[in-house]
Amino acid sequence: MSDSHPVNFNSYLRRCLYVFIVVVCAVGLMIGASYLPNYQWPTKVAIILAIASCNAFVVAGFLMHLISEKKMIYTVLGFTVFFVAGLFVLTIYAMHDFPAGTQMH
Amino acid sequence: MDATVQQFPPYRKEDAPHAHDDHGHEHHQPGFWSGYVFSTDHKIIGIQYGFTALCFMLFGLFLMLLMRWQIAHPGMPVPVFGPLLEKILGQPAAKGIISPDLYNSFGAMHGTIMVFLGIVPLAFAAFGNYVVPLMIGAVDMAFPRVNMASYQAYFLGGLVMFISFFIPGGAAQAGWTSYSPLATSIPTHGQLFWIIGMVLLISSSLLGAVNFIATIIQLRAPGMTWLRMPFFVWAQFVTAFILLLAFPPLEAAAIMQLMDNVAHTSFFLPTGLAIGGQLAHISGGGSPLLWQHLFWFLGHPEVYVLILPAMGIVTEIIANNTRKPIWGYKSLVYAVLAVGFLSFIVWAHHMYLTGMGTKISTFFQATTMIISIPSVIILTCLFISLWGGSIRFNTPMLFALAFLPMFGIGGLTGLPLGFNISDVHLHDTYYIIAHFHYVVAPGTIFALFAGIYYWFPKMTGRRMNEFWGRVHFWCSLIFMNLVFMPMFAQGMAGMLRRMADGGANYSAAVNARGGAEVIGGLSDNIMALHVWILWAAVALGIAQIPFIINVFWSIKHGEKVGDNPWHSTTLEWQTPTPPPHGNFTHEIKVYRGPYEYSVPGHATDFTPQNEPPSGSPAPTIATAH
Amino acid sequence: MEIPYTVQARPDTGIYNAKLGIWLFLASEVMLFGGLFSAYILLRVGADQWPHGWLSVPLGTLNTVILAISAITTLLAWAACKVGEFGKFKFFHACTLLCALTFLCVKMYEYHDKWIHYEIKLADGTFADGHLVEKSADFDLAKKTGTVTLHGRIVNDETLLYDLRAQKDIKQDEVTVKAADIVSMENYGPWHNTYLALYFTLTGLHALHILGGSIVIGYLWGPGRKMWKTDPERFTNRIEVSGLFWHFVDLVWIFLFPVLYLT
Repeated sequence: MSDSHPVNFNSYLRRCLYVFIVVVCAVGLMIGASYLPNYQWPTKVAIILAIASCNAFVVAGFLMHLISEKKMIYTVLGFTVFFVAGLFVLTIYAMHDFPAGTQMH
Repeated sequence: MDATVQQFPPYRKEDAPHAHDDHGHEHHQPGFWSGYVFSTDHKIIGIQYGFTALCFMLFGLFLMLLMRWQIAHPGMPVPVFGPLLEKILGQPAAKGIISPDLYNSFGAMHGTIMVFLGIVPLAFAAFGNYVVPLMIGAVDMAFPRVNMASYQAYFLGGLVMFISFFIPGGAAQAGWTSYSPLATSIPTHGQLFWIIGMVLLISSSLLGAVNFIATIIQLRAPGMTWLRMPFFVWAQFVTAFILLLAFPPLEAAAIMQLMDNVAHTSFFLPTGLAIGGQLAHISGGGSPLLWQHLFWFLGHPEVYVLILPAMGIVTEIIANNTRKPIWGYKSLVYAVLAVGFLSFIVWAHHMYLTGMGTKISTFFQATTMIISIPSVIILTCLFISLWGGSIRFNTPMLFALAFLPMFGIGGLTGLPLGFNISDVHLHDTYYIIAHFHYVVAPGTIFALFAGIYYWFPKMTGRRMNEFWGRVHFWCSLIFMNLVFMPMFAQGMAGMLRRMADGGANYSAAVNARGGAEVIGGLSDNIMALHVWILWAAVALGIAQIPFIINVFWSIKHGEKVGDNPWHSTTLEWQTPTPPPHGNFTHEIKVYRGPYEYSVPGHATDFTPQNEPPSGSPAPTIATAH
Repeated sequence: MEIPYTVQARPDTGIYNAKLGIWLFLASEVMLFGGLFSAYILLRVGADQWPHGWLSVPLGTLNTVILAISAITTLLAWAACKVGEFGKFKFFHACTLLCALTFLCVKMYEYHDKWIHYEIKLADGTFADGHLVEKSADFDLAKKTGTVTLHGRIVNDETLLYDLRAQKDIKQDEVTVKAADIVSMENYGPWHNTYLALYFTLTGLHALHILGGSIVIGYLWGPGRKMWKTDPERFTNRIEVSGLFWHFVDLVWIFLFPVLYLT
């Protein structure tokens, strides 16, 4: 795996700087988005989470060098993400699917 | 069979330029503490797991006998053990009578102990630890010290669970599923101990799972390609993945329940919860169903954690004792992968009665039906493997053969529970008790017995006594069925589970209004079955005595056997007995699949996996130094 | 006995044992936090009202930046090992450790801030809400001295305490209430409401991860570094693996910060 990474320390440093700038910008954007007037909370949450996901992608991709990982690790993480998504979606769906005629209080 | 292609050269120590120099450990005889208690050798850890788990299973069996007595004879003092119980447990067992609270706590702990402290550690950790590295030709597990840590976490977790019996108020009483808000409302500390014990056990399983997967992926011997791995290794591989990914949500839930208990949060406590007729002083806003979702997200995959290693063991033994290759090895592999995958998306079929809507119920019903297909494929492959074999009926094979129909009964009776219409009637009755016990008790436990009889010669160099093995087998088989078969009838008649008096009060109240014919009442015949089950259970307990004696007796006095007494093909038999530290005395290379039995033209009726193709010299097994 | 592939990558998988091990462990961590986040979503969707603006955004931002810096120094420490510059490694790893401890200190301060924040229900139906002025004061003491002094405000409607972001210029004063007027008094601990329960549980678990990571990093920086002399390659791998864990902890915070502080 060492061949896929720069061997020069300064190139690491440069990459780190870029990542840091992205992270700081993302944090700034998220804070800005949370103060947007004229938007409902659900919209704002969606915007903020979208920014956070991009931020997470950069951190995972470059700091954890996931963009150039081995197939084995992708496979493991692929299944994990699928099952987490299943847990989220099915649980939340199950809690909001009511038998016909259910009366809410 | 010309599969001699080698993927890459075997690993040699010289390849690692800075390899840590640890010779000198190699020829030292470790002392008692480092050799048997704090050992990092996977074989010792496997035996530690096995011994501890068997002790817990015996304890779980004992709890079950006490409960059966209480069900059959509610309010009568327990014979023989009554005074002892009163002495140890005090008030809850006053006069040797098991109070309903104590019954609840025995019920919860019987489930917890059998699942988390008995069968998972025995099937997954013990057999996995001892056999998997040997089967894939590895020197040890990938992370030996992590391996030791996972046993210690397990032991500690077991200790916490065991100690909880003796604290004031006794052990947890909210069932092995620990549903909130019940689990948080019981004003004793048993539940706290249960959660802490569970967090330790989950951590242990996670470390074990990481270790197993890394070992199987990284440490296979040269030539041991994926499709040359014995099915047992595949089963353990999938099991490890299930443990890895299904346990953490329960750990999350356990942490939240811990917060509910200790920090008085309301994760699982709804607004307006009343405890003992009083409005609880909580902030509310929690969701009891959330606990159920997170619990069953583990809970259902857990069923496959219990059953897959058992299927793996049975496959090895059937291949070995029919002296022919397993029929449909690849189907088995794909089926076990499919089971592992699907097991994550069926969990809410345990929750049909929680008020879920029809859409989501239909989804989970569909996935539940789909998952039965690969399970049936596995069972069918094993049945067809018997066809035309010259079967050797030794004790391991008897247990393995009995596994097939017993698991079949357990699996097929699960189908009515998977359909949400029939589940409405059968939910929480003795029917479901019978169903999952058929899967786990005569199913998995029989396979585990088979595994113990089968690999005992590898661990000790001696075979267990055949005659007493057969006595153990036949008695277990007969009494197991006598215990669980009547429960199907009881459940279909409407007897609910978890009732401390076995439904006597409930039945009496209904019958008082119009006799046994009234809907919901239980007839005297159904109630009388409790007594039958009790004595069958006692006999089942007694039937384990030959086994216990056999194990200890055979260590010293069993028939001495060679390195490969069953004439098996897999790698664990191609090494000295018991295997030395580092497992193999010669370099292992694999040239063929796992089940090459009765290959025409071969001198013996088995061809070991590491035997080079004809033309090359046969490998010699070096003797242990 | 030598376990293969502890240093070198196995040719067919391309990874060494510990790297696979840590990724498997992280997969289980994803499921662990996934379970907690699903609880968060579920409880939030089902909640009648959800607090906004209860946590200090500047402090949260500070902690986010601190963690980002520590993530970068972790990577640089590994890079330094890779190019064989042990002096740089020592420096960057010390930075990481320092960042971790700073993060925990800020977190402690925030916890303390919630701990001394009280909501007091008064007999006339109003609510006094604010931080205790005397550091050691509590309800028992209040009953003895007869009064409780808060730095905060009195509101007529409890819902005003929920959305602090929607209200402009909230005036904070010293408020003294008589013990005799107090109906109930509760600080902003995990028991206060579901939001705080989630806040303390999620950040508490995250802080435990930070603590665990700090111990590992501290070990590798301190006694563990003598392996550099005997087996530098393996040591570099250890730094990489511990770094992966550290980045994951950072990743969790990247989501915790918006869901708890901003929304």
